[in-house]
Amino acid sequence: MITVNGNGRDHVPDETVSGLLKRLNYIFPLVIVKINGTVVPRDSFPSVNVPDGATVEVIHLTSGG
Amino acid sequence: MVDGQIPIEEYETGNTVHEIDVATLRGEHRVLATHSFEKGEIVRGYNRRTLHVDLSKGTIEERPVTDDMIAKFTGGRGFGLKILWDSISPGTRWDSEDNVLAITNGPMCGNTQYPGSGKSICLTVSPSTDIVCDSNVGGFFGPFLKFAGFDAMAIQGKANEDVVVVIDGIASEVRIETAPLEETNTHVLSEQLAHIYAAEDTEKSRQRVSSITSGLGAEHSYWGCLNSSFYDPRRKVARVKQAGRGGLGTVLRDKRVKGVVAVVPKFTGVENNPADPVTMAKVGTKLHKEIRDLDRHQCNMRAVGTGHLVEIMDAYDLLPCENYRFGSFPKASKLYSPKFYDLFTKVIPDGCWHGCTMACSKTVDGFELRTGPYAGHRVTVDGPEYETVGCGSNMGLWEPEWVLEFNFYCDTYGLDTISTGTAIAFYMEMYEYGILNRERCDDLELCFGNARAVMEFMHRMARGDDGEFMSVAPKGIRRVKDWIKAKGWGDERLVEDCGMESKGLEYSEYVTKESLAMQGGYGLTLKGPQHDEAWLIFMDMVNNAIPTFPDKAEALHYFPMWRTWFGLNGFCKLPWNDVEPANNADTDEPSKVPGHVQNYVDLVNAMTGSELEKDDLIIQSERCYNWQRAMNVWMGRGRRADDWIPYRSMGPVTEMEYVSREERYDTALVEKAGMSKDEVAGMTVPEKMEALYQFRQDQYQKLADAVYFRRGWTHNGVPTPQKMISLGFGDEADMLRMLQDRIDADTAAGLNDWGGNYDESEDPPSDDPLYWEKW
Repeated sequence: MITVNGNGRDHVPDETVSGLLKRLNYIFPLVIVKINGTVVPRDSFPSVNVPDGATVEVIHLTSGG
Repeated sequence: MVDGQIPIEEYETGNTVHEIDVATLRGEHRVLATHSFEKGEIVRGYNRRTLHVDLSKGTIEERPVTDDMIAKFTGGRGFGLKILWDSISPGTRWDSEDNVLAITNGPMCGNTQYPGSGKSICLTVSPSTDIVCDSNVGGFFGPFLKFAGFDAMAIQGKANEDVVVVIDGIASEVRIETAPLEETNTHVLSEQLAHIYAAEDTEKSRQRVSSITSGLGAEHSYWGCLNSSFYDPRRKVARVKQAGRGGLGTVLRDKRVKGVVAVVPKFTGVENNPADPVTMAKVGTKLHKEIRDLDRHQCNMRAVGTGHLVEIMDAYDLLPCENYRFGSFPKASKLYSPKFYDLFTKVIPDGCWHGCTMACSKTVDGFELRTGPYAGHRVTVDGPEYETVGCGSNMGLWEPEWVLEFNFYCDTYGLDTISTGTAIAFYMEMYEYGILNRERCDDLELCFGNARAVMEFMHRMARGDDGEFMSVAPKGIRRVKDWIKAKGWGDERLVEDCGMESKGLEYSEYVTKESLAMQGGYGLTLKGPQHDEAWLIFMDMVNNAIPTFPDKAEALHYFPMWRTWFGLNGFCKLPWNDVEPANNADTDEPSKVPGHVQNYVDLVNAMTGSELEKDDLIIQSERCYNWQRAMNVWMGRGRRADDWIPYRSMGPVTEMEYVSREERYDTALVEKAGMSKDEVAGMTVPEKMEALYQFRQDQYQKLADAVYFRRGWTHNGVPTPQKMISLGFGDEADMLRMLQDRIDADTAAGLNDWGGNYDESEDPPSDDPLYWEKW
């Protein structure tokens, strides 16, 4: 299991940050991703894996309106 | 010339050409009043004078802007509030003789160094809400009003015939002229005015004319908008942006004003005479580079404008579909931004004020209209922006071409797309339930998806159709709810819950059912449910970053104050957070975009020569925000009861909505409302709906409690004299006395108590019944 924005989610082996965002349908481009409190650079989303037990924050910036 | 850019002389829109006989039009003008003024100098963003036109008396006056006025009200919207406070009474209504339409700019307005610095803010007593409504708009009018010599203008009284008010910054003269022959609809009228008042018969001269106009729709509805023009010499049309919300165009036409025109001589990029132009340019260059390098990877505003949000809102179940019943829809992809990108005129940079590299104003040129008085004409359609596309999904219009047709006629008829679209969507839902039908709708078949009926409704409205439905429907959802109830049609609670209005104003285009904070972002507002105070859906619903009531209340304090600040200064909100610096992720509060906040601190200090810090900007806003709320109280509104919102914005009104997201709502009953899974499993859908209804209504009241407490207001939502004194209004005796009287009356009526039902495990914001006195 992993935690995403406080909610429990299944862990998928070898899933990258990009893969996780796609699975959760998080298509908004202005997001900041932190894994266990560490920011993942945007250009690393396709290469960084999400480890089992991770606490993931997907911070959508405000935008809108 | 950028690679691939179309040269001005080679571009043809393919639009139908309007024949404009300037000599005949102008020959019928009579000058009713003239006022000559000394050409002044803008110093550090201010002219230090405002313009007051009284159409009933035929007078034109200048009034000084004092140091005290700047200290308390800053500029822009703040000046508008001050003008209204000095000019109207608590009983003033939208069509009262003494109602004022104020058009303001702000000290940063007209700057060309930083993107999004051309906004004006317009205010009046709204026909929809009976309180002051503010609405911001791009285009050239705000900057030109300042360059002509004024930090704000007020139009009071009513003319006996159609007039234009001309602020001639070349001749240093203000005139009221009759205008009997000009069109009323904007796309023709704004072009006529550009030709009539241009100093020379050249495209460059027409670019130095800007007008505020509305249209025939505004004359027959409460949805009138103001169109602020910016003449486009490449397309050879007067394009427009809208101050849409609250019926400001309705007030303009009630005053028999066809147009307000500002004419300026050649101007420079430092017309505001900033204290520190080098810093202005340096900060501007930083953002220009960010936009150039990052926008295409972020929001893509330069290519598709705010329309990029359509696919995002659909993906997050936030796109209003069929009157907000659903947040996504199988056909929604037909309205995604690539569909409009295919139709937009590309390559030409499209800012609504000089120097804005975000350039999000898009057009479809040569668009052939299918309906109405201009059927067969080819026109330029400005937009559509996200909100207008959201009206399409709300009404079930899934063809981009119908959204464009709706967009064009709203603009030229002077109608707010948001109120028009949201209201029609409600009428469509009532039609689906049989509460309205063809007979009750004056022979209109207003079912979801019937684009031709939508257009026919709008054309009839512009003609002033006097059928029973056509007489009440253009006054908006609140009046139609009352009409339906008076007729005894349908279930009253269903009608109230489905109609998306609060304070009498229609909602803008976001589904808020799963975001309590955004419910507050719509309901706990000054003018009504518009997203320009706070947009918290992602922060609340997706990020789960503000889980407690105090967290949500803090967001509903900070963001409205921050966004109010744009309106005090003449800024557009979009460059703040629709592009983010590359290092934003490394900051402590990325949702506030600290790098851009610092830009604004640097800019305002460079313009005015002040030494403000970021918290000072919030204080500037807090002064005006509280003043406006206090004015709502003064006018008999501005209390908890006025912050009511319809249940459709909180949860599922119908069984179909509940069943469409049954797992989500069942989970909410368990995880949020504290019911057991077995208990929920044993309930019928109507029973579950009622349990959720009661729970979410109480949550909203608790949110209001927390927000009022955070803002320093009473239990009933009234700003206190103590709060106003702390903000620097200690010498405003009339205001302070009025507030104390209202608070005493609320206490006598038992209204100064918390609205939420708190059990033993919960605490209200304070146990002290007079907490505000120690604030």
